[in-house]
Amino acid sequence: MLSSQIKSNEIVFGSCNKDLLEEIIFYGIGLGADFVEIFIENTDNSTVLAEEDFITSVSPSFGRGAGIRIFKEKKDGFVSTNDLTKHGLMRSVTQAIEMLDIVVDKKREVFNGLNKHRDYSLCKKKWINEVPSIHEISEKLLVSTKSLKKNKIITRKGSYSRNLQEIIIASSDGTYVSDIRLHQTVGLNVIASDAQYRSSGSRRFGSSGMPNEFRLWDHEKAANDVFESSMNMLYADYVDAGQMPVVLANKFGGVIFHEACGHLLETTQIERGTTPFENKLNEKIAHESVTAIDEGISEGSFGSLSVDDEGMEPEKSVLIKDGILKKFISDRAGELRTGHKRTGSGRRQNYSFAAASRMRNTYIAKGEHSKEDLINSISDGLYCKSMGGGSVGATGQFNFSVEEGYLIKNGKLTNPVKGATLIGEAKDVMPKISMCGNDLELAPGFCGSISGSVNVTVGQPHIKVDSITVGGR
Amino acid sequence: MNSKEITTQISEAADSLNLKKWDYGASFSNDFSVQVDKGEAKQLKASQKQILTIRVWNESNLVGITTTSDISESGIKKALNQANIASDFGNKNERTEFSPLAKDPIEVKDLKKRNPVGIKKLLTLLRKAEVKLLESHESIKSVPYNGLSESFYERVYANSDGAFRSYTKSQAALYLYARAEEKNKKPRSSGSVKLGYGVEDIDIESCIKEASNKTISHLNYSSIKTDKFLICFSPESFLTIINAFSSMFNARSILDGVSLSNKNSIGEKLSTEALNIYDDGLHEKNISSSPFDGEGTPTKRLCLINKGRLENFIHSESTARIFKTIPTGHAGLGSKVSVSPDWIVVEKSEEDSDLKTSLDHSTYEGEFVYIEELNAIHAGVRASQGSFSLPFDGWLYQNGEKISIESATVAGDIKYLLKNIVNIESNQELTTSGISPHIWVDELSITGDA
Repeated sequence: MLSSQIKSNEIVFGSCNKDLLEEIIFYGIGLGADFVEIFIENTDNSTVLAEEDFITSVSPSFGRGAGIRIFKEKKDGFVSTNDLTKHGLMRSVTQAIEMLDIVVDKKREVFNGLNKHRDYSLCKKKWINEVPSIHEISEKLLVSTKSLKKNKIITRKGSYSRNLQEIIIASSDGTYVSDIRLHQTVGLNVIASDAQYRSSGSRRFGSSGMPNEFRLWDHEKAANDVFESSMNMLYADYVDAGQMPVVLANKFGGVIFHEACGHLLETTQIERGTTPFENKLNEKIAHESVTAIDEGISEGSFGSLSVDDEGMEPEKSVLIKDGILKKFISDRAGELRTGHKRTGSGRRQNYSFAAASRMRNTYIAKGEHSKEDLINSISDGLYCKSMGGGSVGATGQFNFSVEEGYLIKNGKLTNPVKGATLIGEAKDVMPKISMCGNDLELAPGFCGSISGSVNVTVGQPHIKVDSITVGGR
Repeated sequence: MNSKEITTQISEAADSLNLKKWDYGASFSNDFSVQVDKGEAKQLKASQKQILTIRVWNESNLVGITTTSDISESGIKKALNQANIASDFGNKNERTEFSPLAKDPIEVKDLKKRNPVGIKKLLTLLRKAEVKLLESHESIKSVPYNGLSESFYERVYANSDGAFRSYTKSQAALYLYARAEEKNKKPRSSGSVKLGYGVEDIDIESCIKEASNKTISHLNYSSIKTDKFLICFSPESFLTIINAFSSMFNARSILDGVSLSNKNSIGEKLSTEALNIYDDGLHEKNISSSPFDGEGTPTKRLCLINKGRLENFIHSESTARIFKTIPTGHAGLGSKVSVSPDWIVVEKSEEDSDLKTSLDHSTYEGEFVYIEELNAIHAGVRASQGSFSLPFDGWLYQNGEKISIESATVAGDIKYLLKNIVNIESNQELTTSGISPHIWVDELSITGDA
């Protein structure tokens, strides 16, 4: 292609950039790359914070940038830039080629031009006009914090965040897609205090692709939940440490599966040799009551995507079926380096990260038991109603704080307890999930890992773990 | 466009929009990094980034803000416009002003800016480091997390009152995280991080040695019983816990009701008289030092705990005004300005008569738990409540033997921890987040699964 045929010298969102993108990909392939991928984004974000009875922060931000990835055999070079001109993008390609020490040889990859444009953004362009205004958001947040103005509540916060991301992906296998993504979250946090006693409570809600969702948010229920939780925990004693059976609540209880097991099923972990499940495909790794799924297709869920950050539509991946490991979560590099087929899970925080295999909506499927069945089956244990954050170490050990916990005595919930931490290893704990409830629910969250922070959903029904280490005092 | 030109452009754009009062902070960076996998290049990265944060004050003196990566003429105008719109929602109850110190002289030390060595040199060095680490012990099978990077950046603050500050820096980092495996044992991992102004300043050999020694030292492991133990915190782990509860010193957190301190806490006894804690962002060993904060206030050394008593809070412009004091150089730049410590220095004061000086981690023969590194801070710390429950890497010293602890957590309360410090060793050690000696604390709860 002659440069005189190029219509634009800069990426313009909302316009056809095909010629320019093709020229850049031709340029990279011509220099000896096996594969060239261009990811371009334009963002428009806003956050609003209400504290007590006032709006204390409104922070808009916007920006644009490109991430260019070049593969040569199994290694890759990644360059990110804010310069979306033809010159800037070509300079980035050159830099990536030079980093990889690529020498042009006779056996050159062929680029046949970009395929027909898959434009997922067509029906989404109106979203920016449909999301709530800052005025509307502020009013609802203030109503929410005002409703928490109650005895013993010393700190009340409501926060809202809206991220609108417009993306273009083009690569030398012909991929050419555009999309617009909208993520909204809203959260409430309180601190309760009475003499030497203190507790906190929080709830967060989130959606993708639903501009009206904030308007539908039931702030009264959210405020009641967070108030009740903080009051229940205000005078709680510290839990005694030890090994015990545990019931984990549904929704955000699924964070444990996400952190402790889900990450170990990403192909990035196989590449590093850090997952104990690497050679366990079609082997039993969990109790037969456990079926676990990762998908990007549930409408409105926080981890859902029309297309992943490598231009592939997300699939529903059954990771574990009746305790048997069935699939890993894979991206382009994962497929190249481990042989596991892509699952539409190539994700990144933004243009400055190369995509990696990441979870989307990840949950344990529902079982047949009621919540009461699980609790009734325990004579002495812990009910984790609300989980805090957690993490997983390099060799698979995990730990999670319990935000709201209750002792189980003789099959009944009794006293609230605080300071509990759940500790273990996925390969030890997965076989101990002996009962799954029939009340699967999902909850939004953010997952930080190799390619930055991405929106995800975690979830599960109530589950029972026969024995786990509970850290306490 | 350089930083002076951007300032001019913002000034002209603000004039055209009739915005009389504004300030901005910006950073421009070029970063290069490499990762390897068994001798092969895995991922090589380069990035060029620019971030501009603009605040404007409207006619009611309310502040609005916008952040952008688009520093084109149109991008700057758009940012000013958005900030102006956001100023309609400015906080009427807590006004923000320019820092009164934004034009004071700043202490610009020898910044030791290095030139880039280039991605190929980074790759060569990291490959060699990986090979050496793998060869250092037969049980080390891989180095799953590794990286060598160099960054070159400029930070700028300017305002419509004529303040202008900028500095440029370079920084390099090496991390090696090894994984060791032995038959019939669980894999064990540990690592080391080293920083320098440039790659040539990084002691690669000591990083390899430290990563190897730490990893191997955990191969012989055992469970620990759940009980209360005498604890020795490594310098790194003690700094981790102090940083995790730095809201105790933070005026912003006090005003937000999320600190264990209150406005009247200055002078409160928190710990043994032998304990001094400073925040010293300009410390000569702080590779990441910055001569000014997000509001342009000069960075300075500040005593936080003096002889066991709370001495000072860290402030932004607005918190300082509310507390009737001066900003301390710890502010970010935001719609609501955050405040955070820079570089913590822990030391033993002269008032050390109540310490049990026989407690020395290298000679003490009684039973104790040595906490080398605390993990999962974001999950296990309740800063507003003062409690923590954290997994750690460490050893149990018992009957003259040292054995790695398989999997355990340490739990407690920060006020209890500070009050129960029983020794502060004399030698301070440099870490990536500050300087501290080993600190001994009596009677903290450890949960294990023995």
